[in-house]
Amino acid sequence: MSPIIQSLLLVTAQVIVLLTVSPFLVGLIRKVKARFQCRQGASVFQPYADLAKLFRKQPVISTTTSWIFTATPYILFASTLSAGLLVPTFTTQTPLNFAGNIIALVYLLALGTFFLILAGLDAGSAFGGMGSSREAIIASLTEPAMILSIFAIALTAGSTNLSTIVHKTALLEGIATDPSPHLMALAALFIVALAETGRVPVDNPATHLELTMIHEAMVLEYSGRYLALIEWAAGLKLAVFLSLIANVFAPWGIATTLAPTTMGIGLVVYVVKIAGLAVLIGVIECMFAKLRLFRVTDLLGVAFILALLGLLFFYILRS
Amino acid sequence: MHILLIALCLCYALGLVLPFCVPRKPQTQGIVGSVCACAASLIGITLGLSGLLASEPMTAIVASPIPLLAFAVRLDPLASFFVLTISLAGLAASIYAMGYLKEFHGRVSVAALAALTNGFLLSMTLVVIADNGFFFLIAWELMSLASYFLVVTEHEKADVRYAGFFYLVMTHVGTAFVIFTYLILFQSAGSFSFDAFRHPGQSLPEGMRTLVFLAALIGFGTKAGIVPLHVWLPYAHPAAPSHISALMSGVMIKTAIYALIRVYFDFLGGQFPWWWGFLVLLVGTLSAILGVMYALMEHDLKRLLAFHSVENIGIILLGIGAGMIFQTYGLKEFAALGLLAGLYHTINHAMFKALLFLGAGSLVYATHTRNMEEYGGLLRRMPWTGLFFLIGAVSISALPPTNGFVSEWLVFQTLFLSFQFPDLFLKLMLPIAAAILALTGVLALACFAKAFGISFLALPRSAHARHAEEVPVAMRIGMGILALLCVGLGLAPMIVVPLLDRITGPLTGVSISDKVLALDGWALAPVNMEFSSVSPPMLAAMLILGGLLGLALAFLFGGHLVKRYYKTWGCGINLSPRMEYTATGFVQPIKRVFSTIYQPTIKLETEFLQESRYFAKQRKFEFHIEPVFEKYLYDPVVHIFMRIADRLRILQAGSLHLYLAYIFVTLVVLLLFAV
Repeated sequence: MSPIIQSLLLVTAQVIVLLTVSPFLVGLIRKVKARFQCRQGASVFQPYADLAKLFRKQPVISTTTSWIFTATPYILFASTLSAGLLVPTFTTQTPLNFAGNIIALVYLLALGTFFLILAGLDAGSAFGGMGSSREAIIASLTEPAMILSIFAIALTAGSTNLSTIVHKTALLEGIATDPSPHLMALAALFIVALAETGRVPVDNPATHLELTMIHEAMVLEYSGRYLALIEWAAGLKLAVFLSLIANVFAPWGIATTLAPTTMGIGLVVYVVKIAGLAVLIGVIECMFAKLRLFRVTDLLGVAFILALLGLLFFYILRS
Repeated sequence: MHILLIALCLCYALGLVLPFCVPRKPQTQGIVGSVCACAASLIGITLGLSGLLASEPMTAIVASPIPLLAFAVRLDPLASFFVLTISLAGLAASIYAMGYLKEFHGRVSVAALAALTNGFLLSMTLVVIADNGFFFLIAWELMSLASYFLVVTEHEKADVRYAGFFYLVMTHVGTAFVIFTYLILFQSAGSFSFDAFRHPGQSLPEGMRTLVFLAALIGFGTKAGIVPLHVWLPYAHPAAPSHISALMSGVMIKTAIYALIRVYFDFLGGQFPWWWGFLVLLVGTLSAILGVMYALMEHDLKRLLAFHSVENIGIILLGIGAGMIFQTYGLKEFAALGLLAGLYHTINHAMFKALLFLGAGSLVYATHTRNMEEYGGLLRRMPWTGLFFLIGAVSISALPPTNGFVSEWLVFQTLFLSFQFPDLFLKLMLPIAAAILALTGVLALACFAKAFGISFLALPRSAHARHAEEVPVAMRIGMGILALLCVGLGLAPMIVVPLLDRITGPLTGVSISDKVLALDGWALAPVNMEFSSVSPPMLAAMLILGGLLGLALAFLFGGHLVKRYYKTWGCGINLSPRMEYTATGFVQPIKRVFSTIYQPTIKLETEFLQESRYFAKQRKFEFHIEPVFEKYLYDPVVHIFMRIADRLRILQAGSLHLYLAYIFVTLVVLLLFAV
């Protein structure tokens, strides 16, 4: 097999895995929450049906809007999917590893956020503006913590390219004798992931209350296929963050070669790992109340300090 | 190349004179001046490119009757790069001016405006190619004066006069430090020629070198607009006509970056203690974060953009400062990388900032207001301006795959390489700078989401915006050129990096082009592919294919569906612009979270109806943020000067006899000295 065809196949596989797995994660979190609330809850596969339904619905578009409004779902979908291609999922053999490192990933996600904020403002309703305004402040506070925590990990692996980090950690190269820097970075990144994907305690994806909603407020005017793409992109973002955490901190089981058996095992292990994380998020959503918007600052401040401490520990332990 | 240089000067000189030869025809005056500037800029682009590619720097010298002064020019790669940057922005601004100058017909002298623009561009070009300290200072001063006169174009307005005066004072304080820098160098070199500066610059005593470093940082920093010397910038840049604002923010402040690199890496030979680089880094970080924070609170579009210039100068200095620290520790390749990142951001910022200022100018042209809260819904009325402004906004927010992303990415990599330092303090400080850069990046994103969202989207917020029309073709072409460059510079690092390497190579002593470019130039990978890599063309391809995939999925699952258009749900009442989020409302959470920095004062007065305290008759809302630097740093200094001036007023009593006595005493003292 020529390397180009092989790369294309790997990229296609990655796209399919990400697109398939993301609605499942959303469904799983909902199921866990339902069970904690003593409800039966919808099937974990309900989000697939929701997406299919939304795609078939006739979209209603506000007359106030411009082309930004209709372009945003595609841009958001494209940027989130591109970010997903930079993160290793079931194999460390990601042909697009060269296309961007962690900074590129952060900025690709930011591209989606930028257009989503614009779309929120475009319809002219106060809800959209409110969501956009809140998204802007939360995005600003998460990014520094994210960059620092990733840098703390990158130092151990000697790389900022995600596949390289995961590959090296999986082969047990460069694992620190003391895991404390890693643990701190992990805690920081987990908080960041909760904030970036709009989960409790930062945002509640299950509510349409005007006082609390952030992401839902921005996409309030969307319907039909546009809403479907946005929902799918939100699921993808969740999958991206969970893959990032799962593979960077616990890469064991990931396929490091191209052998079909290891790939198969890698796929199963990957799904188990991110499903486990999704269950954890579901549990957290049940255990904690949503924070007041201006309390989120404290939480994200904690994430920043944790990441900084991780970095400090790394240098002190190494010297 | 000599011919190109002569042609360039000639075109600008023609541009200085010709507009005055067509009296009483403002339209023709504007066109003539702009055509001259366009021609000169095109020559400048050729000159800059050939200077970058030439193996030997071009030099020319014209002796002058004044001792110490020689009109010497030298086009080494560094100078050529800045000539190129100035000319690119100059070209776009001059084409834009052909349409834009109509705004000034009958109000101010268009001939003077067009001529001064040529003079301004010429003086900037001379600043970067001068090879003699004296000549440099003359060009520097001409540049300051030309820009001052352009700032006060609309001098009938009091705030414009204030802005001009503030600028004039600050720029001369800066110039004083620049002169001081050159005098120290002159004292040991014995000549003002830059060649002479280069040799003793490296053998000066340590104390003197430090003095040169600090004086240059303050002097050029004033022009660049570093915090806390930036206060004049948000006054002066918005006051000027928009194509001039574009040139001032886009390229004039960059001449200071040029001069800093020239002094530190060329004259002082790139030998410095670590704290120099750290100080530059610190200043850069502060400028970046404070610049963007103050920008967020601005609702005057042009002032907002001016604050962003402070931010971007900060980002450039982050790259250069990190490069200087690497240089100290002998890590030459990383030093070159930092410098390269700074220079890459320099040309990128010149392009997108000029573009945004031209966009802001178009908005003012169409709506006659600079207040963002009076815009709204302009994307439908001005689709081209909107598209170009959006490209500029995406670039300045450093989003892939535009040029801002590429250079900010390089700055990030430089900061991450700090783990190579032996010193724990620096190892920790540089990642923190990177985290602050990340915060800066997202805040810039928030700020431009606000600027674009409030100005171009939703319903028009005023009659001005309702009646806005798309701007003339010339203005659109000017913006279009810059928008293309923003995208092009981002997608083609394989062309830009080798060119920049020709500058950083001689300055740091190593060529890193091969090490930064990987995969035949399709990816950037400082140090090695293993540590970090990014491929802007690939990212662009991924984004396009991803969008197409989204489109394909929509059709696969949904088929062809007719969209239905309906008004936005306004909770039962018809949507009006008053229900929309305002720019002030949009940034309120940010203002509250960072209230320690802003120290906002909010005043809300409510007048109730007499019958009931539940119904308000009218409400008055006032809000402003504390101008910390002006209040605690500048006001005390101004106060001291005013008091001294008060005392000195006794000298000027208004009596003719007294003045004659002064002259007599001065004469006697001078004669005594002569004897």
